[in-house]
Amino acid sequence: MPTLFDRLLNRPPKSAQQAKERLKLVLIHDRTDLTASMLESMKDEIIQVISRHVEIVAQEVRIEMTQDGRQQRLIADIPLKTVKRRRLG
Amino acid sequence: MDGKVLTITSGKGGVGKTTATANLGAGLADSGKKVVCIDADIGLRNLDVVLGLENRIVYDLVDVVEGRCRTRQAMIRDKRLSELYLIPAAQTRDKSAVSPSDMVRLCDELRQEFDWILIDSPAGIERGFRNAIAPADIILVLTNPEVAAVRDADRIIGIVEAEEKNPPKLVINRIKADMVRRGDMLSVEDVLELLAIDLIGMVPEDESVIQATNRGMPVVLDGKSRAGQAFRNIASRLLGKDVPFMSMEEEGGFLGRLSRLIRPGGN
Repeated sequence: MPTLFDRLLNRPPKSAQQAKERLKLVLIHDRTDLTASMLESMKDEIIQVISRHVEIVAQEVRIEMTQDGRQQRLIADIPLKTVKRRRLG
Repeated sequence: MDGKVLTITSGKGGVGKTTATANLGAGLADSGKKVVCIDADIGLRNLDVVLGLENRIVYDLVDVVEGRCRTRQAMIRDKRLSELYLIPAAQTRDKSAVSPSDMVRLCDELRQEFDWILIDSPAGIERGFRNAIAPADIILVLTNPEVAAVRDADRIIGIVEAEEKNPPKLVINRIKADMVRRGDMLSVEDVLELLAIDLIGMVPEDESVIQATNRGMPVVLDGKSRAGQAFRNIASRLLGKDVPFMSMEEEGGFLGRLSRLIRPGGN
């Protein structure tokens, strides 16, 4: 991460930092053969399936690939719509 | 005897595989082990010149595999270390002249006589690389702190994992401490975080490697070379010794740090 000092002076991040960030993304795709567009269509399908059972906030669904050691992990964050219950009484 | 087969590979070319093979071979032989190095880079042989043995080649790896000579006849004994041998690659053939099962058979024969069998893998992920990893007990993946080399190392690690070999160990070669300090070169920690395998060695960029190669003398035999020390350390770790990782600073130690304090940005 660029330091606060760098950000205040609007300095670009160091080249090693850029190398690391770029490599992180490249390695994720090299390891899984999953392209960004495949992830996007997967996300649409997941939204469809889950929506059949429960109401979700479709526009806030996030699907991300993360690295855990040499293992890739697909993380889905799917916010549910709050169900407003009327109190009986 | 029940020798171990160690393959040095990297994916990308030019990261220092041949230099590493020559130096680990010499380092192990210098520790009293009986070692044979096999150049598996058929068509682009170089381990012979790095070891300074290019004038003694009569037979090569393909001659052995195709039965034109006995294995012993193709082994060249090193000039300095009596327990170090080389089986050179063929220069006028291509990689399809040898198969992975040929390599397994040859290494099984060599295991009877040697403590260590080191294989210098060609760059790439094709036949020559498959030949080099087929008989391996231990695989060292060599990389440089630079995007293309790290990316290719990751591919190699993935293939080795898919082959269900022992997890490979990482060697990071040609580290420039001053560039790392300025934030212009990936650090050892960065590379380890990206590749997520165990580190067995890190080697500083060092002009003495080129000087030693010019002379055909492995740099491990130069007691003053920092890269030579780094390769000696890796050889010791292969022998099961617990050797701490050395500092990558050019003028390691107190004086170097002091001079940088006095001349900030200098060096």
